[in-house]
Amino acid sequence: MAASVAVAGAQHLSSVSDLVPDWARQEVSTGTTIMAVEFDGGVVIGADSRTTTGAYIANRVTDKLTPIHDRIFCCRSGSAADTQAIADAVTYQLGFHSIELDEPPLVRTAANLFKEMCYRYREELMAGIIVAGWDKRRGGQVYTVPMGGMLVRQPVSVGGSGSSYVYGFVDSNYRSGMSKEECLRFVAEALTLAMERDGSSGGVARLAVITEEGLERRVILGNELPKSTI
Amino acid sequence: IMMNIDQRPCESQRGGFSFENSRRNAMLEENLSKLGYSAPKARKTGTTIAGIMYKDGVILGADTRATDDMVVADKNCMKIHYIAPNIYCCGAGVAADAEITTQMMASNVELHSLSTGRPPMVVTVTRQLKQLLFRYQGHIGSSLIVGGVDATGTHLYSIYPHGSTDKLPYLTMGSGAAAAMSVFEDRYKPNMELKEAKTLVRDAIAAGIFCDLGSGSNVDLCVITKAGVEYLRGYDQPAQKGRKQGEYKYKPGTTAVLTKTVTPLSLDLVEEAVHLMDTK
Repeated sequence: MAASVAVAGAQHLSSVSDLVPDWARQEVSTGTTIMAVEFDGGVVIGADSRTTTGAYIANRVTDKLTPIHDRIFCCRSGSAADTQAIADAVTYQLGFHSIELDEPPLVRTAANLFKEMCYRYREELMAGIIVAGWDKRRGGQVYTVPMGGMLVRQPVSVGGSGSSYVYGFVDSNYRSGMSKEECLRFVAEALTLAMERDGSSGGVARLAVITEEGLERRVILGNELPKSTI
Repeated sequence: IMMNIDQRPCESQRGGFSFENSRRNAMLEENLSKLGYSAPKARKTGTTIAGIMYKDGVILGADTRATDDMVVADKNCMKIHYIAPNIYCCGAGVAADAEITTQMMASNVELHSLSTGRPPMVVTVTRQLKQLLFRYQGHIGSSLIVGGVDATGTHLYSIYPHGSTDKLPYLTMGSGAAAAMSVFEDRYKPNMELKEAKTLVRDAIAAGIFCDLGSGSNVDLCVITKAGVEYLRGYDQPAQKGRKQGEYKYKPGTTAVLTKTVTPLSLDLVEEAVHLMDTK
């Protein structure tokens, strides 16, 4: 955790008081499953809604799909504090840049700003971010900035602790040239599978579609998620 | 925006907090505990704090026990802090951190409000708090619930020591958060009436008082609406001190006296002072 001071051989810096339960001492983490898919004309992004402090769910209806600009979003995973702070900083920088340019910013610019911050402060931060959006030059784009500060564009990207459980599903079910509706169903199914298996992911599934026309947000409640055979 | 606070030897101290010694303290504490001693612990407020949004505004609630490890240091402390005439903040975690942080915020918010010429907004307070706490990377151990009514409406935020925030219609924090949250999850409804909402918050804090060792004593409430603020200190006292069932004194003469020796001591009375102890 970013908060614990790492000293060789020393114990974790925490009070041994019985009054404060274990989970109250832990840093808030967005356990998480996040995902983004490009399609012709835009992107579909999705995330679960669980934020945990240890084993306690601090927020069961979190919105991890954060707007950075009118047509650019980021999906946050890792430390809640770190990702919120980074997203706020990038929102400011991108807004300023967009005003200077007098035109909507590129998704690649937003992704680069995230990368700069995540790479420069890689030792202090715990943040895995997927940047997705639409711009006039390259249409719908998904860029992933995992922990460590790499930046790469991918047609489909998954992240967070729940992503490990759905790599197989995503790799075998993704096809290029899917329509918007097919992408929505694909993301919803992948999120459902991850949320079922990963303890740190759960709650509701939040989806968003970003296109030239605008933004469409959807929420799929727990009982409305696509049913699986088991 | 962010630097490693332990690696700036060239810059002179400009006042404020300094956590340079945290690494050294961790090593000292480890060495001390090997010898059987322990470093003094910061007083935590144990605590149950809660906030809900109801029909006309927000209601904040808190217990009033402050603990020093396993001893109650203050039986009636105030955990609902003033930030602005329309914004109040409940603080849990390290008592000093919560107190000082909220006082700093109250001051900054007033200056900001004078600078903008507008009454303060809850988002402003929340953002300043989260940026302060993030800058100190969790070393300032205060968990806060900020609530208020401003020009844009009614808002309720929770802020964790590392600087993350959540915006929700009902929130609980502190060691008694789980107990209080169970009450909210069972009975919360959007747009409740004042009486029902006050009872709900009171019950949530009471759950913390009874089911959490770190929380106790009274329930404080703070009702904030567009019209104004109603600070209900000591709204409810669910944990009254018990009264003894009977008389347990023995009559003089119950124990037989075998011998009696009186030895007068020749002492001069120099000074007499009486201090009454508050045993209420």
